[in-house]
Amino acid sequence: MNTFLERYSSTNAVSQLKRAQRLAEEEDEFTDSAWGSQAGYGQLMNGPPSFTVPNVPDPSSFLRLHTDDHADPNCRIKIQHGTTTLAFRFQGGVIVAVDSRATAGSYIASGTVKKVIEINPYLLGTMAGGAADCQYWETYLGMHCRLHELRNRERISVSAASKYLSNLVYSYKGMGLSMGTMICGWDKTGPAIFYVDSDGTRLKGDLFSVGSGSTFAYGVLDQGYRWDLTDAEAQELGRRSIYAAGHRDAFSGNTCNLYHVKENGWEFIANYDISKLHYDGPGDVAGSPGHGYGYGIRVQGRSSANPPEATAAA
Amino acid sequence: MSIMDHNGGSVIAMVGKDCVAIASDLRLGDRALSISSNFQRIFPITDRIYVGLPGLGTDVATLRERFRFRVNMYTIKEEREIEPETFAHLVSSTLYEHRFGPYFIEPVMAGMSKTPSGGYKPFIAATDLIGCLNFAKDFVVAGTASSKLYGVAEGLWEPDLEPEDLFETISQTLLNAADRDAFSGWGAIVHIITKDKIITRTLKGRMD
Repeated sequence: MNTFLERYSSTNAVSQLKRAQRLAEEEDEFTDSAWGSQAGYGQLMNGPPSFTVPNVPDPSSFLRLHTDDHADPNCRIKIQHGTTTLAFRFQGGVIVAVDSRATAGSYIASGTVKKVIEINPYLLGTMAGGAADCQYWETYLGMHCRLHELRNRERISVSAASKYLSNLVYSYKGMGLSMGTMICGWDKTGPAIFYVDSDGTRLKGDLFSVGSGSTFAYGVLDQGYRWDLTDAEAQELGRRSIYAAGHRDAFSGNTCNLYHVKENGWEFIANYDISKLHYDGPGDVAGSPGHGYGYGIRVQGRSSANPPEATAAA
Repeated sequence: MSIMDHNGGSVIAMVGKDCVAIASDLRLGDRALSISSNFQRIFPITDRIYVGLPGLGTDVATLRERFRFRVNMYTIKEEREIEPETFAHLVSSTLYEHRFGPYFIEPVMAGMSKTPSGGYKPFIAATDLIGCLNFAKDFVVAGTASSKLYGVAEGLWEPDLEPEDLFETISQTLLNAADRDAFSGWGAIVHIITKDKIITRTLKGRMD
């Protein structure tokens, strides 16, 4: 009886589904490009996005020839090579701090780049390497995190989200993707940070810094890091580390963007001008030393040629 | 990356009304790593001539001494101070002597030269690293930020600026160009040369 009904009724679930499929097939007469970009997020329902590929026998070596700046610095397609980004885990959550400079060769193309990508209210991604690669794939990651939520009725873990991204970039290995990112967030297990790069590396850890200025940031970070840092101390450490990198690294600087991830999601703390941090400090904020970070300010203009009075007398 | 960008740094010189100005940033780097924020690359040659030596740091020191030696020899032989035009040619020929293994420096000169009537007139010049002279009537630039300096200077410079106005113009030009160059910055120094005095000021710049 039920089989009869299903076969001849036009209102049951199966026939409705069949009608929907017919409609969808009709829509397929339009190519992806008719709807806009081939790689657009609108194509998500049809599986992973597709990209136009150079019409040559070996597309990836062709791409490498034109994008890899190690082989030939004159044909770089990407900008955003110099960067300092850092993230660390501590008792009060995760601190994420980045600079905002984008350089193309020695030219400072922008001083107001947003290198923290807000994937969703609980997940942050940082940007180092190819700006477009990071922006595109981390936004794409955000969409899949949302789909995960819808399917499983719970938020995706930081581990799963980062693994999704690392598997995705790994499938493009050798095609010239360039990104070094930290996926930071708070899930059931508490605060978490994963380092993911375009080689396919994925590392869980407490403390990372990525980019040309990372060595300078690590110097300050390692020296001041403890698990039981207070919120104010941790924010100050993030700021101070990015300042150090902005100061010494020619390809980092301009401003520092500071984020704090807590149990209820991330919070944007503030944007600080790095030159202002040098001369005046961060101003009236939690953890502020109350003066500039600059070496000259700390030694109060004294040097070996102009020693403090006590030393001069001795 | 060129060896000219190894240590970074830029120099600019401008003509004003009965005065000239020459200015430079104070950064010395090792590629991306900034080392010093007090690296002098502008030097006095006489009471009325200054030379700026942007380029490779080691050659700044060498050329400075070479020019000092040659100017001293000139002063002894001629029994008079060297004139800016003459000094420019001295710089040019010193550099061309090393045509096939050059110093990696593009000197910029600024001075006040004596006129036959006993007055003084502004003089600026620059050369490339093998000594091709460029006598300009408005401004000359060199160094890692040169392309940016050209842009800002074209927009800000005007003829017959008084010393204080010229100071403002050259300072703004240098500071703003350096803020768009990764290898220049970390403070600046400006010299204003008039017929009877020299004003030297150190500028605070962005420290990133």
